[in-house]
Amino acid sequence: MTTMTLDTASRLLAGPAGAPSSPDLATHLAIHGTLEVPGRDDRRWRSGMWQAVSESGLLGRGGAGFPSGAKWDAMRRSGRRPMVVVNAMEGEPASAKDRVLLTYSPHLVIDGAEVAAAVVGASEVVICVADHSGPAAAALETAITERHRARRSPIRTSVVRPPGRYVTGEESALVSWLNERPARPVLRVDKSVPLRVGRRPAMVHNAETLAQVALIARHGPEWFRRQGTPEAPGSTLVTVGGAVRLPGVLEVELGTPVIDILDHAGLATAVSGVLVGGYGGAWLGPSRLDTPFAPGPLAAAGATLGVGILIALPVGSCGIAETARIARYMAGESAGQCGPCVFGLPAIAGDLEQLWAGGADRGLLDRIERRAATVEGRGACRHPDGVVRLVRSALSVFADDARAHADGRPCVGYVSPTVLSPSVGPTAPSGPAGGSTPTGRSAW
Amino acid sequence: MNPPQPVAIRVRVDPVACDAYGFCAEMLPERISLDEWGYPIVDGSPVDPGLVELATRAAAECPRRAVLLEVVRPAS
Repeated sequence: MTTMTLDTASRLLAGPAGAPSSPDLATHLAIHGTLEVPGRDDRRWRSGMWQAVSESGLLGRGGAGFPSGAKWDAMRRSGRRPMVVVNAMEGEPASAKDRVLLTYSPHLVIDGAEVAAAVVGASEVVICVADHSGPAAAALETAITERHRARRSPIRTSVVRPPGRYVTGEESALVSWLNERPARPVLRVDKSVPLRVGRRPAMVHNAETLAQVALIARHGPEWFRRQGTPEAPGSTLVTVGGAVRLPGVLEVELGTPVIDILDHAGLATAVSGVLVGGYGGAWLGPSRLDTPFAPGPLAAAGATLGVGILIALPVGSCGIAETARIARYMAGESAGQCGPCVFGLPAIAGDLEQLWAGGADRGLLDRIERRAATVEGRGACRHPDGVVRLVRSALSVFADDARAHADGRPCVGYVSPTVLSPSVGPTAPSGPAGGSTPTGRSAW
Repeated sequence: MNPPQPVAIRVRVDPVACDAYGFCAEMLPERISLDEWGYPIVDGSPVDPGLVELATRAAAECPRRAVLLEVVRPAS
């Protein structure tokens, strides 16, 4: 796993090049500057900081892209003392950005959590790291201990280790686990009603979002907006994988063309598609690689920023087979609660497997479309919706392949090495194709 | 005093609670059909006044209490 930054973007990942271990508090302060978080009674600081984050235009980096200022405003109006929940679960197998961030700069995330907690008057910060992400949790624990010793811990902060499954990072599942119930999503009839841990409203933020807050608190909203686009300001972390020579996490300005990000990671070959956003994301066709990496332009191209993932599929690999692998994996990661997800996702995965194997019956493509429409929007969480989006994009981007398979021609590309994480796809036994490097969880 | 606002209701299903008994679709096919696995597909548009009683029964007779009736607030 490598970390690197495009020349203009180095903010979150600022620091000595290639430093693999997390900086101590002194180094952190030397790189980013000091940050004083005052006590509860400093109302002026609190409202100024809320205003700064609102004006910065920061959008959450956990997938939903919700404006952080608006989230804080709702909490400030609640009249309660919330709990700040830092979501560093990173259940998406293709993503490594939060683990890289926590390992590379744990103090930045804690800084941001402390600022958020102070602004909304929270009484506690809980940082959730998946049980399999050992190094990230260790870096955080070390950082917290260090801050205690330096008497720089204005708020009670702890690290907890929920089970690392795909859906346990969904915020209602995470909060459910914090309430000592199973880590499964719950139906939220009214999303404006905040989730609660015990009686306290839970303000859930992705880890990278809070690291951005720590920078806005230091440098102000105008500085923040100097990068990115007017609608999606700032930099963001991207996990790049697939047919690139340097798979890993990059920091880029939002709005950077997808092709530039791939080139920076050493795009090794022509691609037939790029998986954007994650396993619940979408495929982007080769003619659209100039799409700016930002929520609006990606949505217009039928994709989604998701949690900042780009996986390049080399020409010669089969997009339908890769999609089938993802759909099968996602079916297995269902929380098992909602019928349409429990039965629909395996059915769709089965259809896709039948398709790439060349065993299509008449009406298979129509059946996939119909099942996708049937499943969409009918879970308590958006897990099935992500699969639907991915499958629809595959049938569009790889339409020629899909038609050829539907006419009974099995895929020849399925024997190519998968570009997916080892936990997802069976890796075919042949050698590397086109210089592609299998991405994966690497050492994390 | 203002006249009482007309209140409409619509049907929702709690997909976590639902176990595909299918009674709701039997009671209120005007708004609820079943997918190929027997789970309800709900038309969430407001229930006509003449169907409110059937919608209430669909909710009451669900063994899993998964059928929810939601009040649609009139646009003010």
